[in-house]
Amino acid sequence: MKFAIQINSAPYQTQGSDTAFQFIRAALRNGHEIVRVFFYHEGVYNGLGYAMPPDDERPVVKRWSDLAREHGIDLVICISAAQRRGLLSREEAVRVGKADTDLAEGFRIAGLGLWVEACLNADRFLIFGG
Amino acid sequence: MPVRKSFLFILRRPPHGGIHAQEALDIILTTAAFDQTVRLLFIDDGVFQLQRDQRPETIDFKHIAPIFGALELYDIEELWVEEESLRERGIKVERLIMPVRLVARCDLAALMEVQDVVVSC
Repeated sequence: MKFAIQINSAPYQTQGSDTAFQFIRAALRNGHEIVRVFFYHEGVYNGLGYAMPPDDERPVVKRWSDLAREHGIDLVICISAAQRRGLLSREEAVRVGKADTDLAEGFRIAGLGLWVEACLNADRFLIFGG
Repeated sequence: MPVRKSFLFILRRPPHGGIHAQEALDIILTTAAFDQTVRLLFIDDGVFQLQRDQRPETIDFKHIAPIFGALELYDIEELWVEEESLRERGIKVERLIMPVRLVARCDLAALMEVQDVVVSC
């Protein structure tokens, strides 16, 4: 089955991001396909590349990057939600004269059209984090 | 890939508690712009979004109520409001900014059942 996933909560804020990760891992293990993971609202903070949790804690952001690399999963952060909260792509950072991108590896920043596309391509659409 | 699906957006948060309601409208209008069938359902504190005479500028928030007036341009014509949510908050239908379709709490499941995608906002 094809799943599209939306995540609305920040890492460490609530269980949403963790539950989504566990769900995706279980789905992949059982042969399902993840069409796209879309980060919206406070979920955009899952893509903050400079997150540096202590070594004995689960590294939420890095875990997403690893997942994208190992399974080729498309991690998309909504551009308007991201820019509102100070998370810029490299191109946008250059355009507005900011130092650099804060975006973690494996993520990309794009528009809501990709959310619609993911919903159309998927058999099931699930939201995590309220 | 199906070209068109039916989307039911369930708005359950108040309009000016944060950016959530405004971002929900962004996703709703984008979906409609992609020529999808879009229906809205207001329940819980979401019914406050449709109340008349909001003055969000007094707390430095943007007006979102006018956006609802533009929904028709996007061919979004079905706005459902749960009767019990209105009654529990003492809001009369006449106090809403636009005409809506009322639905009883016991009929919500049937409304969701017939949609392809249900989005809780």
